[in-house]
Amino acid sequence: MTATTVDRPAPAGVAPTGSGRGRRRVRLSGGTHYLVLIVLALFAIGPLVAVLFNAFKNNAEIGSNPLAPPTSFSLDNFVDAWTRGDFATTMRNSLIICLGSVLGTCLVAGLASFALSQLRVPGGGAVVAYLFLGSALPVQLFLVPLFFLWTQLHLTDNLFGLIVIYWATDAPFATLLLRSFLLKIPKDFTEAARLDGASSLQIAWRVVLPLAWPGFLTVALIVALWSWNEFFWAITFIHTPELRPVSTSFLAFQDQYSTDWGLTSAAAIFMLGPVVLLFLVLQRKFVSGLTSGGIK
Amino acid sequence: MTATAAPPTASGARRARWRAAVVGWAFLAPLLVLNLLVVLGPSVATVYYSFTDWSGLGPATFIGLDNYVTAFGDAKVHQALLHNLVWFVLFLTVPMAMGLLGAYLLSQVRRFQMLFRALYFIPYVVASVVNAAVWKMLLSPTSGIAHQFGVDQSWLGDTSTSLLSVNFVVDWHWWGFLAVIFLSAMQGVDPALYDAAKVDGASRWQQYRNVTLPGIRPTMVFIVLMTVIWSLKAFDYIFIMTQGGPAGSSEVVSTLMYKQAFNEYSAGYAAALGLSMTLVTAVILAVYQWMRKKGWEDE
Repeated sequence: MTATTVDRPAPAGVAPTGSGRGRRRVRLSGGTHYLVLIVLALFAIGPLVAVLFNAFKNNAEIGSNPLAPPTSFSLDNFVDAWTRGDFATTMRNSLIICLGSVLGTCLVAGLASFALSQLRVPGGGAVVAYLFLGSALPVQLFLVPLFFLWTQLHLTDNLFGLIVIYWATDAPFATLLLRSFLLKIPKDFTEAARLDGASSLQIAWRVVLPLAWPGFLTVALIVALWSWNEFFWAITFIHTPELRPVSTSFLAFQDQYSTDWGLTSAAAIFMLGPVVLLFLVLQRKFVSGLTSGGIK
Repeated sequence: MTATAAPPTASGARRARWRAAVVGWAFLAPLLVLNLLVVLGPSVATVYYSFTDWSGLGPATFIGLDNYVTAFGDAKVHQALLHNLVWFVLFLTVPMAMGLLGAYLLSQVRRFQMLFRALYFIPYVVASVVNAAVWKMLLSPTSGIAHQFGVDQSWLGDTSTSLLSVNFVVDWHWWGFLAVIFLSAMQGVDPALYDAAKVDGASRWQQYRNVTLPGIRPTMVFIVLMTVIWSLKAFDYIFIMTQGGPAGSSEVVSTLMYKQAFNEYSAGYAAALGLSMTLVTAVILAVYQWMRKKGWEDE
C-alpha cells in the first residue's frame, strides 16, 4: 500500500546528487523513505528520550510538560534515586549475578559446544535437537517443582541459587551459538594437534578457544544483558531486599514512588544507561547474537 | 565380539571410538547435569504434581484428573485463554507489519542504515521492568501523552483497554527486533532475482510482492511459529504493568498459573495448567515440523 507513495518521486533532495545514474530513482524517492524511517525511529526511542528528559526535571515541570526537554539540568533526582533505591547494593548484586552467569555459562557451553562440533559424540545430534526443543518449553512447566527443590536445597534467597538457574536456562542458547562458531574451525587444526599427542582438553584450551573468542565474546555480552535485565526468576526466587538485583529492586522502587516520575525516571536511567551505551558501542555483536538467539 | 575374534586393528579402533564417546559425553556432562537439575527433572515432577492436590510445600495427595477437570470448567481459565488468543492476533499482526515496513525501507536506503537499525533495536535491549515503567508514565491518565491532548483515559486501569494497552507496549519493544531480522533476511535475497524482475518491467510493489516476500518466507514462517509460542508464554509485561487486572481483564494463562502457584498455594492446579500449556506448544511444533516435511516452507 505504501508502494504507491514510495514510487512517486519526492521533491526533497536529501542525499547529495552523486555518482551512479542507476541509483537515480532510489535517490528521488529517498525523501519519503527517510521521512517514514524518522517517524519510526521517533516512535522507537521517543519514550526513552522522554524518560531521559524527565530524569532532569522536578515534578512540577513534568506535570506541566511531560514530554519537553528540561529547562534546567538538575541532578537531584539521580542523587535521590541512588540512595532511596539503594542502588549501591543492588548494582553490586547485579554485577555478581552477571559475572557469575557469564563465567559459568561460557564454561558449560564452551565444553559442550566443543564436544558437539569437534569431537565425534554418538548421540550428539539428539543433544542438539533437545537443546533446540528445550528453548521452546515454557518456564511454567518446571517453575513450581524447581521452586520447591530450591527451597529444600536452601538456594532460594541466594544469589548463587539464582546464578545456577541462569546457567541452566542460558546454556542451551549459548551452546548452540558457540557450536555454530566452532563448526567453522577447520577439523585439520584439531586433527593436527591430536597427532601431536594433545588431549581433548588441551585441544579445547590451546587450539579451539583462541580461535573461538569472538563467539565467546558474543555469548558473554548476551548472557550479561539477559541476567542484568532478567526479572521473572529474580522476583520468584529472591525476596530479601538486600539480595535483589537492580531489575526487581527497580520494580519495587517504582511501586513505592509510582507518582514521582522524576525519581523513577532517574532510576530507570541507572538501569538502561549502561545497557544502551554498551549496545551502541558493540552494536554488531549484540544484533548478531540476539537475532541468532531469537531465531535459532 | 572379543579381541581374539577380531583383528587387533579393528579392536583398537573400537576402543578408540569407545574412548572418544566417553570423552565427548564428559564434555557434555556439565550442561546435561544442569539441565536435568533445573529443567528436565522439575518438568517431569510437574507431570506428577499435576495429578495431585499440592500446596507447593508439604506432601502432595494424588487426586487423578481432578485438576484438569477443574481447569476445563474454570471460567477464569476460559477468559485467560481468550486473552491469549487476542494477544496472539495482535502480537502477530502489528509488530510484523511494522517490522516488514521498517525492514523494507531500511533495505532501500544507503545512508544512516546502521543508525536507524540501532535506534529500532534499542527498546528490545532495555529491561522489561524499565520499558513497563516508561509506558506507565506515558499512559498515565493524569500526566501521560493522551492527557496532554485532553483524553483522561486510564489505559491500564480500565477493563476495556488494559489488555490492549499492555499489548501495545510489548509490540512497541518488539517490532524493531523483527525489522532487523527481516532486513537481514531481505539482504540475503539473491540480487539477480531483482534484476530479472526489473528486466520484466516489474514495479517496486510487484518486486516486493514477488521477489522480496517469497525470498524471506522461511524467516516469516519461523517468526509466525515463534509468535504462537511466545503468545502462549506472554507473562513479563502483563505481570509488571497490570498483574492481570483490573478484574482479570488482562489475565493470561501464565499469569493465572503464577498466581495459583504462589498466591493461592494451589501448586498442583498450577502444574496442570503449566503442563497443558506445554502440550499445546508441543502440538504446534509438531504441526510445524509436519508441514515443513511436506515442503510447505520451501515450496
